[in-house]
Amino acid sequence: MTPDQIFVIIGGLALSAWVAWYFWFSEKKAVKIQTAEGGIQEAVIKVKGGYTPDVLIFEAGKPIKLNFIREETAACTEEVVFSDFNMRATLTPYKTIPVELKIDIPGEYGFQCGMGMVKGKLIVQ
Amino acid sequence: MLNEVKSSPLGDKTVPTGTHDPVCGMEVKSPSKYYIDMDGKKYEFCSDNCQDKFALDPYKYIKKMNKAEPSNRTTSYGIEKLSLPVVGLHCTSCVNTIEKEIKRLPGIKVAHVNYATETALVEFKSGETNTEEIIGAIKKAGYKTGQSTLKIGIRGMHCGSCVSKIEKELKQKSGVISASVDLGTESAIIKYIPGLIQLDNLKKVIEKLGYETYPIAGLKQEKETIEKEAKGKVEEPVDENQAAREKEYKTLMHKFIFAAILALPVIFFSYPTVWGLPEQFQMGSPVLRYIWMAMGILALPVMFWAGSQFYTGALAAFKNRSANMHTLIATGISAAWIYSMIATYFPQIFPVAGLADQFFDVIFVVVALVVLGMALEIRAKGKSSEAIKKLIGLQAKTARVLRDGNEIDLPIEEVVLDDLIIVRPGEKIPVDGILVDGSSSLDESMITGESIPVEKREGDEVIGATINKTGSFKFKATKVGKDTALAQIIQMVEQAQSSKAPIQKIVDKVSGYFVPAVIITAILSFVIWYVFGPAPQLIYALIVFVTVLVIACPCALGLATPISLMVGVGKGAENGILIRSGEALETAQKLNTIILDKTGTITEGKPSLTDIITSNGFKEDDVLILSASVEKSSEHPLAEAIVNGAKNKSLELFDAQNFNALPGHGVEANINGRKVLLGNLKMMKKFSIELGNLEEKSTKLADDGKTPMFIAIDNKAAGIIAVADTIKPDSKEAIALLKKMGLEVVMITGDNTRTANAIGKQVGIDRVLAEVLPEDKAFNVQKLQNEGKVVAMVGDGINDAPALAQADIGLAIGTGTDVAIEASDITLIKGSLKGVVLAIQLSKATMKNIKENLAGAFFYNGLGIPIAAGLLYPFFGILLSPLIAGAAMAFSSVTVVTNANRLRRFKPKL
Repeated sequence: MTPDQIFVIIGGLALSAWVAWYFWFSEKKAVKIQTAEGGIQEAVIKVKGGYTPDVLIFEAGKPIKLNFIREETAACTEEVVFSDFNMRATLTPYKTIPVELKIDIPGEYGFQCGMGMVKGKLIVQ
Repeated sequence: MLNEVKSSPLGDKTVPTGTHDPVCGMEVKSPSKYYIDMDGKKYEFCSDNCQDKFALDPYKYIKKMNKAEPSNRTTSYGIEKLSLPVVGLHCTSCVNTIEKEIKRLPGIKVAHVNYATETALVEFKSGETNTEEIIGAIKKAGYKTGQSTLKIGIRGMHCGSCVSKIEKELKQKSGVISASVDLGTESAIIKYIPGLIQLDNLKKVIEKLGYETYPIAGLKQEKETIEKEAKGKVEEPVDENQAAREKEYKTLMHKFIFAAILALPVIFFSYPTVWGLPEQFQMGSPVLRYIWMAMGILALPVMFWAGSQFYTGALAAFKNRSANMHTLIATGISAAWIYSMIATYFPQIFPVAGLADQFFDVIFVVVALVVLGMALEIRAKGKSSEAIKKLIGLQAKTARVLRDGNEIDLPIEEVVLDDLIIVRPGEKIPVDGILVDGSSSLDESMITGESIPVEKREGDEVIGATINKTGSFKFKATKVGKDTALAQIIQMVEQAQSSKAPIQKIVDKVSGYFVPAVIITAILSFVIWYVFGPAPQLIYALIVFVTVLVIACPCALGLATPISLMVGVGKGAENGILIRSGEALETAQKLNTIILDKTGTITEGKPSLTDIITSNGFKEDDVLILSASVEKSSEHPLAEAIVNGAKNKSLELFDAQNFNALPGHGVEANINGRKVLLGNLKMMKKFSIELGNLEEKSTKLADDGKTPMFIAIDNKAAGIIAVADTIKPDSKEAIALLKKMGLEVVMITGDNTRTANAIGKQVGIDRVLAEVLPEDKAFNVQKLQNEGKVVAMVGDGINDAPALAQADIGLAIGTGTDVAIEASDITLIKGSLKGVVLAIQLSKATMKNIKENLAGAFFYNGLGIPIAAGLLYPFFGILLSPLIAGAAMAFSSVTVVTNANRLRRFKPKL
């Protein structure tokens, strides 16, 4: 085995391990949403290729308002679907589209684009 | 409640100011000598008359005062007070958002949004800001104001000065937000707040100036985008999202054309041997090197403009520690570009000259094809959501409302409960209501799917969005806005389309790991080809790496289920079947037992007169007139059937004297001096009436599932009147169809076994559960489930709610405008049982479609990726070109969406 082959093997395996770690196992940065005056938990989510932030932490039993701002025209993110609540919102580009929820049971609730390529998560505690 | 109501003829000694009489609305000088103190608030009146009216029903007037009516008043200090209705407030948090947004405007003194009355109260300095900006701020916060746009034709304008004259005059009216008059099209576009000013007044303003007005496009709900308003374009309002989609499609097509045109020369020079080009264009020649350099530079706009979405999408996803289709494409084309650039500029670093090859063609072709695929997908997806668009489009725009004795055309948003609305032939019914005057036949096909027009008479329900065919009539609005049947249908369909079918949950698990797994596969394939592959290893390894990345198609996988679900649920709505969720749709195809409630489901639910048998020479009509006249005084549901039977024959009824009901027997009364007895066999025996062969005939009627009643006139048997709940005309056929589909059909009823069996026999049901108490229906459903059956319960949704909830699938038969029945998984708007057949067929068709899509997606990925990785190479020497991989990827999502659109052609087999 030549040195370049050994290098490619080690490099390839290392890169694969890193991909697996980065996308699957690394801790995702979750954003904890503070309750504002009047008991509402309000967050702004930027939609551009993905949701920023994409993991949000809320308290259970208090109203949640997610303000989606879609900063792109790519059709992928046109819709945001909260399938646990049978809710769907069409995000008009460059406009604030509010989605309101109230989740009483703690748990993790996913949301995603119309075809499930772009995903986010609400963690309710 | 009223804490303290005291009135005093003497006013308090306070500073005189102006206030309004809550009853008549007149301005009253405060303190007025007529006033009432209530809940700590003082209400003042113009006269004792108004004071008395208020005292009788104070809340009626207080409510009226607090109603969200828009208003606009200017005070003497140049502060304008504006009250605007706001649409779409869901919770108190909305209030803060709107207030914040309004307060950002200059000159705002007070901004207060009331959640309960859905009103924004704004005080602002006129001159510093205006109504339009405030409305803009509310919109920016994501809400709508009750603003309407009117497009109206104006005749008689000659010059530019006419235009400015009309505009100026319109803008001065309170309630008008903007007015733009166009001389060329002889029309005006007026934005106004309904309630503050009415359509008629707007017309009058123009007419007063000496011009004629005529309707052109009618009224449209406010939907225009801010950008359009800025441009001041005279355009029909269109759906913003549709416009954005259209724009995106055009951009993608431009990108495709750009990349495709550039791809042609690139392909030409990339395969010099294939085209047999002269020596100077062959590998290794200096001319070709220069051409490569040009290609490398040309590739930049293709990557970063035509393919820009791949990079922005990949980057955004990467930041979120996730990966998607964009990640794959971006990585693939970037790798190809970097390798090719090194080969072009530093060929000497490769140990073998043959390794210094370029792959620019891959970039051009993959970007062009994938972008084209995305564009086609947008088009196809537009078709998939057509059903809901059709539903929204059904809504009428205006209503001809009778107010203060005048017929006025109002935008539909201004129609309130109890408004009397006039509908002429050929017009759309604007909202739900009850017909109060006139009759007609209505085409209800758009809501119920029933193609035959339905006759409507006084007291019948009319459904908004249906079309009046023949006569004119008046109806009273009973449901407006979001409560109408159509609005509820739209909401249910939207919710169902957003729900997840259970099958999707498996897909979700897969797709969560999919993209990174593809990246790892690509890396490992590279390693294997580099170490074990044939020479030139590096070239092969790179081709395999790029091909694997490009062929993987997470989109097809992600789209497979939701897109079919969307089409399937929409198709259901078109046929009068409302499916609550994806789960309901998926379960419906697994059913093997159907339980049908008898009353209201198999039968009409309204008993009607079926037979009249006469004896002793009495005439049929006389028997009916006399029995109906007796029953007129009775409240029994069967009595109603007899009275209606007489009415249907236009028979004149008489008043009954000495009416007497004998419980468990029947009734007796005197009609025009004749003694009439109506009742069962016991009744006849009690009065010793000789029945002859009538008794035998009555047994036969009972065996047919009818309820017979004997009638005796002047103590002589006159005949039998039989009443029955008629079986719906197509119940038998529907049940036969259900059985043909291999389902076990069971009837459940509270009726006695004899009648139940008779009905069961008539419609062809073998298993009858009779004499079941209403509260035991759910238990009976459970018993069948315990037999290991997947059970559907079909009932009316009111009495059968627990049974519907217990069943695996509860199907509720809709009654008129009540469509969103909570306990049901599926609502059949049209009363027919054929809806059950249709719902199951649709469920099967949709699930088949979903499975096809999933199979397709797994085929593309599961077969495509291994082939791209070179699995077939050692055996057959087959290696996929990245160009073909790009084509496959681009069209996989298009195939999935196109396949889902095939469902739109679904035709029930009835």
